[in-house]
Amino acid sequence: MKKTLAIVLSLVLCIGLLAACGESESTPSTEPTTATEPSTAPSTEPTTDTESVSGNVIANGSTSMNDVMLALIEGFSSVQPDVAVNYTGSGSGAGIEGVLAGSCDLGLSSRALTDDEKASGAVENIIALDGVAVVINPENTVTDLTTEQIAQIFTGEITNWSEVGGADAPIAVFGRENGSGTRSAFEEIVGVEDACAYTNEYSSTGDVIGNVASNPNAIGYASLSAVDDTVVAVNVNGVAPSEETVLDGTYEIQRPFVIVTVEGTELSPAAQAFLDYAMSADVADIIAGAGAVPANG
Amino acid sequence: MKAKPETEKRDAAAAGAFTGEQAVERIDAKNSVKDIMEKVMQGVFLFCGLVAIGFVLVISVYLIISGIPAIREVGLLNFLGGTTWSPANKTEPSFGILPMILTSVYGTAGAIIIGVPIGFLMAVFLSKVANRRVAAVIREVVDLLAGIPSVVYGLVGMMVLVPGIRNVFNLAAGDSLLAAIIVLAVMILPSIISVSETALNAVPREYEEASLALGATEIETYFRVSAPAAKSGIAAAVVLGVGRAIGEAMAILMVAGNVANMPSLLSSVKFLTTAIAGEMSYAGGLHRQALFSIGLVLFVFIMLINAALNFFFKRDKEGN
Repeated sequence: MKKTLAIVLSLVLCIGLLAACGESESTPSTEPTTATEPSTAPSTEPTTDTESVSGNVIANGSTSMNDVMLALIEGFSSVQPDVAVNYTGSGSGAGIEGVLAGSCDLGLSSRALTDDEKASGAVENIIALDGVAVVINPENTVTDLTTEQIAQIFTGEITNWSEVGGADAPIAVFGRENGSGTRSAFEEIVGVEDACAYTNEYSSTGDVIGNVASNPNAIGYASLSAVDDTVVAVNVNGVAPSEETVLDGTYEIQRPFVIVTVEGTELSPAAQAFLDYAMSADVADIIAGAGAVPANG
Repeated sequence: MKAKPETEKRDAAAAGAFTGEQAVERIDAKNSVKDIMEKVMQGVFLFCGLVAIGFVLVISVYLIISGIPAIREVGLLNFLGGTTWSPANKTEPSFGILPMILTSVYGTAGAIIIGVPIGFLMAVFLSKVANRRVAAVIREVVDLLAGIPSVVYGLVGMMVLVPGIRNVFNLAAGDSLLAAIIVLAVMILPSIISVSETALNAVPREYEEASLALGATEIETYFRVSAPAAKSGIAAAVVLGVGRAIGEAMAILMVAGNVANMPSLLSSVKFLTTAIAGEMSYAGGLHRQALFSIGLVLFVFIMLINAALNFFFKRDKEGN
């Protein structure tokens, strides 16, 4: 009896194993090797929107661009259903290095390229801008903060609202958890990287907004698109955050979302089609829907 | 195999004539079917039992395999004894979880200090003092309390407790160890009440009658006779409460503030559980591995608590 049971059980396990194998084969795990194939096809002129292309595009880089990229990939699949775009979030640095080394078709960076990077052939294609709003409770009388004041508040040098022209109340500094893209963006732009003294950390933008809305002492940050009327976004250096001020560059707490290509290197038709699509004005709604300000809309 | 005896049976019935030999054969056939069913069912039971064991094994092995690398890389002493948790720091990340271990220990201890006296007195009330109808109603309410999802506790804590603490202590924000302790204390009440009540009910009536006959008051009897007689059951209730408090994540994620400060009553703190729940979504690399290691540490804690629970239950059985 025990033996039969053992045999039956091991059979079940074997079948399960085989089933798992079959499944993973059908998933597109072999794409990196096939990705070079489309480039052998005639690619002398960039494809137009109407012409259908096929192939694989490997995009690698910034994790902050996750939402935007996923939305773009979804939108692109209805324009060019035969192109598979693989996005891997590995960090802006890795994305730029990857595209320069040729290990991916498109690099993704959530910061402007440095002069060194441009000198080594990287080309900046800005698809969107990401503004981070500094939000306070509507009861708070403060309306305007300088970048320096914001930095001092978040590092704990300023601990009372009266020091920046508000009521005599302690400041509750709210931020995102370790590893959050918004947190790294904010800290990077304001120049308080790894130096923040948070009162509370929350694991979602909604939590930050909700808790700032319920605490009159609070200050927090959130992606510009997530700000609603339960909180007030303060003016930074006298500029109110909005799509327009992010676009014209006067609102300072912002960063570009960049697709990096390499100068002089011909893109595969599929990659070129995706880049054209991402740079076109048609995707403005998609980018805005993913929480960023479209740069080409 | 199963079908054959049945057709035999039907054939025999169709023939209409039963000799003694045929009858014996039929019973034998019936018995062998029964035997087979018996064995099959035993196999099914064995399989179900093995599934549970299998899951525990898989989880343990997985936690150990995925938890060890980060501990190795950081170093056990630095990991368990380090006071700074800054895993996403780009220049010099640090992975010390001492603040979280202490927070989990303090938070649980605080919940026990508040929850156990209330729960125990409630159990005495339900078991000895209250009349049957009142006790039945209260028991229903306690069961309801046990069934409330932890996220609801967190929500109420966030909406009521956190602003309350902020106003009472004039703080910048009310999310604190204190808020977490109060939420945990309420959450562990149901298990403490029901387990200690069961223990108190099991105390032989004669003990109490003897005490009353000797002239002790009812209150004296409950505290000097009933409670000591039920002490291992009550201890088990406490350990159960500890287990629930230390493993809770959702409710305290919403009220504790989640900054890995060294714990103090009115500051924002991060528990072992909330570190995993709050940071897993965006963590990568060593940070992610370190979260698995925190899971391993938590797992060891829970194992110790279960061992303690088994110890008390065993002693309870032997005592009876």
